[in-house]
Amino acid sequence: MKKISTPYLLLLPGFAFLFTFFILPIINLAQTSTQTRLENGDTGQYEQTLRFANYFDAFIENREQFTRSFVYALIATLLALLISYPLAYALAFKAGKYKNILLVLVIAPFFTSFLLRTVAWKQILGEEGFVVPSLRTLGVISESTTLTSTAFAVVMGMTYNFLPFMTLPLYASIDRIDPRTLEASGDLYANGFTTFRKVTLPLSMPGVVAGTLLTFIPAAGDYVNAQILGSPNTKMITRQLQRSHLL
Amino acid sequence: MSVKQKDASIPTLPLGAVISRWIGRNLIRIYMVFAFTYLFIPVAYTFAFSFNDSGKSNLIWKGFTFDNWTNPCGAPEVCTALGNSIKIGFVSTIFATILGTMIAFAIGRHAFKGRSASNLLIFLPMATPEIVLGASLLSLFLVFQINPGFWPTVIAHVVFCISFVVVTVKARIASLDPRLEQAAMDLYANEFQTFRRVTLPLVAPGIAAAALLAFSLSFDDFIITNFNSGTMTTFPKFVYVSAARGIPAQANVIGSAMFFLALALVIVGQVVSRKRKVS
Repeated sequence: MKKISTPYLLLLPGFAFLFTFFILPIINLAQTSTQTRLENGDTGQYEQTLRFANYFDAFIENREQFTRSFVYALIATLLALLISYPLAYALAFKAGKYKNILLVLVIAPFFTSFLLRTVAWKQILGEEGFVVPSLRTLGVISESTTLTSTAFAVVMGMTYNFLPFMTLPLYASIDRIDPRTLEASGDLYANGFTTFRKVTLPLSMPGVVAGTLLTFIPAAGDYVNAQILGSPNTKMITRQLQRSHLL
Repeated sequence: MSVKQKDASIPTLPLGAVISRWIGRNLIRIYMVFAFTYLFIPVAYTFAFSFNDSGKSNLIWKGFTFDNWTNPCGAPEVCTALGNSIKIGFVSTIFATILGTMIAFAIGRHAFKGRSASNLLIFLPMATPEIVLGASLLSLFLVFQINPGFWPTVIAHVVFCISFVVVTVKARIASLDPRLEQAAMDLYANEFQTFRRVTLPLVAPGIAAAALLAFSLSFDDFIITNFNSGTMTTFPKFVYVSAARGIPAQANVIGSAMFFLALALVIVGQVVSRKRKVS
């Protein structure tokens, strides 16, 4: 009898907390999402209905921001994957005894505040930073081109800020690959590229999927990068949400 | 003619070939240098500008000074915000660590009905976008006429920190050798003694890591905090609000100090765990 009840007793306080402050609010949110505004009531007076057209209206009204959030987050996720994969691969297979130190170094930049990092990028890419003048001198960008307040800056900020969510799951799954499988592939006359395509990549797929999800979800729900590095033209859907709740 | 040329080229390869061969061999190292440069640019920038003799707006390099480091409260609003963030982080970490560790033991150590459902419930807050967590919780508080502020923020932080604590502690529990506990039982330790003298000390590093993770998540959170903290400023909120006109250099000092502190903690943790393994 005692053996059966122990786990439930351990779960009780935590789950009671999560139920009250996580499940209940979400239910409340879902419930209010189908309400209808009262015809001649004051602002903020709603009647409980099952008006699912609200979802359609919300999408139509904020079509631009929805699309933008999706596209920005998608590009940032793909860039993060491209940057992280070789990094995770090198950490898992080529770092040798420096593995732990390098792993700490990969996470270390994210010990500084998320907001400070984003502001730092704003100033690095800004008019007073060193990137814009040197690119202008090299002729890569024209005199009138700026990097901040653009979609480029927003996507690049998102890529940078959510990078560890991609690198760590990738590293975890690549690190589990038995190096002998790669050797076997080489012994069977596969070249480096074929080994990667037929052995390494399929075996690391769980990491790719996990990393993609873990990066895409916060990226699509982010408005800090868009707000600090972007302009009104890069506004994302969550910014709309934040405004409607707090103003 | 062509044979002669080929013979001559064997001992000394053309420069282009030498370079491309060197690049081919060191491709991964070159990539790592680029990747780490990219990762550390904003950190280096934040650190460098913490020494800027900038006055109010820390946008342009004006001269080197230690003043910001010797007087981090020179911009008083930075210190107030930092104090609030530390308070919120501390209280949230305690609650999240206790609740999360209990759940981790239940899921990691016991087979019971609803275990996979429990795992799902733990996963959900991590998969929910922050904005949904923050906004839905604020709506609930408003329904019950609770004003945003310190405690609502703490509650919100505990919600998203619990899951990370559970995952971290559970991983540690899973890596324990069950024979150690069996040995304690064989030596006539009762269940409680085994837990206190064997299991808990072995899981402790995992709990410590989880608490550190919870604190840093709470300290760094902006979106959820922005919804539930009302007029209370936190460090990220302060940086966000003052980003437009340039943040004071003292904020860079605090950011850099946090960075070095966290790095030191991680390194100490690594060294300690390595020593344990050796001995």
